[in-house]
Amino acid sequence: MSASPIEPAGTRPGAGPGGYANPYVAGIGLGLVLLGAFVIMGRGLGASGAFSSTLAWLVNLVAPAHAQANEYFQGYLGDGSTHPLKAWLVFEVIGVLTGALLSGLLAGRVHFAIEKGPRATAALRLACAFLGGMLMAFGAHLARGCTSGQALTGGALLNVGSWAFMIMVFVGGYAAAWFMRWQWR
Amino acid sequence: MMTPLYKYGFFGDEMSLIVAVLLGIGFGFCLERAGFGSARKLAAQFYLYDMSVFKVMFTAIVTALLGVTYLGWIGWLDLSQVYLVPTYLAPQIVGGLVLGVGFVVGGYCPGTSAAAVATGRIDGMVYALGIFAGTFVYAEAYPAIKGFVNATPMGQVTLPQVFDIPWGVLVFAVVLMAVLGFWGATRVERWIGSRS
Repeated sequence: MSASPIEPAGTRPGAGPGGYANPYVAGIGLGLVLLGAFVIMGRGLGASGAFSSTLAWLVNLVAPAHAQANEYFQGYLGDGSTHPLKAWLVFEVIGVLTGALLSGLLAGRVHFAIEKGPRATAALRLACAFLGGMLMAFGAHLARGCTSGQALTGGALLNVGSWAFMIMVFVGGYAAAWFMRWQWR
Repeated sequence: MMTPLYKYGFFGDEMSLIVAVLLGIGFGFCLERAGFGSARKLAAQFYLYDMSVFKVMFTAIVTALLGVTYLGWIGWLDLSQVYLVPTYLAPQIVGGLVLGVGFVVGGYCPGTSAAAVATGRIDGMVYALGIFAGTFVYAEAYPAIKGFVNATPMGQVTLPQVFDIPWGVLVFAVVLMAVLGFWGATRVERWIGSRS
């Protein structure tokens, strides 16, 4: 059902577990991409904003009156002079999908699978994935950014709110971990 | 030459979208290389047997932070032109907490779910649908919670400004903390690994 099991770290010196890149090498690569975004664009990376633009566009297609009456969607639709999908983060996430696919193909990791521990059923795992996505979206909106737009980008700019956010992400994750261990271990 | 290039008018909006795709490709490639297209790899951070999330994230933060610091010092980067998300402390603390819970429940964050979708992970696709659902709920709830979302505004502010510590000193502290964190994380991984 899923890829090779994740081995404990440090089993193969020089390489990360599961055939993945060494985390420090991947981290330097990611840091240089982020630095590139700062130097070229004057902004950092993101992800959740692309979902917001896409949803605003979809709701506007299905129920234009509803979308335009909603203050939140209105912010993404603007005055209608530009297409809601013509947003920087939408294009960036198209790149993320492409880059991840490229890396996955090179490593032979592209296949349909459900990522879960041996004890979890597929149905429960997918239900949790949906619920987790909802929680994540709500949290990212409250925080004005997700792990990319806040923690990574703001972390590297010593942004006060980003550091407070990042610490709380780890607090929330570790607090919930015990209740969710059936899903992963 | 002065950067950020876009802010200094080296190219326009159309070109910026091409730059977005190229930066995104680099971002997605690094995420998948690190193993972040896999929810099990990401969740492992919270069960302490694989702390790659912490290691990759803080290596990236330190790399970019050192980059902007040195480029600023030699005068090639105008850091005042790099966009800083304004701080609203209370909603960002609560948002971080909710997002952290969502991370362990769902197994991804928005960026890593894109890497999961691209490599065929069905749970990543369902997670992405959950993001749309959560965004819709947020949009509908927005009028009611607007007051809290905009509570405790502090403006665009950095840690050196708030704590009145020189930028360079704080950069050094972050680097030191990261290196100690990497050392500690590896020790914890070995300890947990030897127990199971």
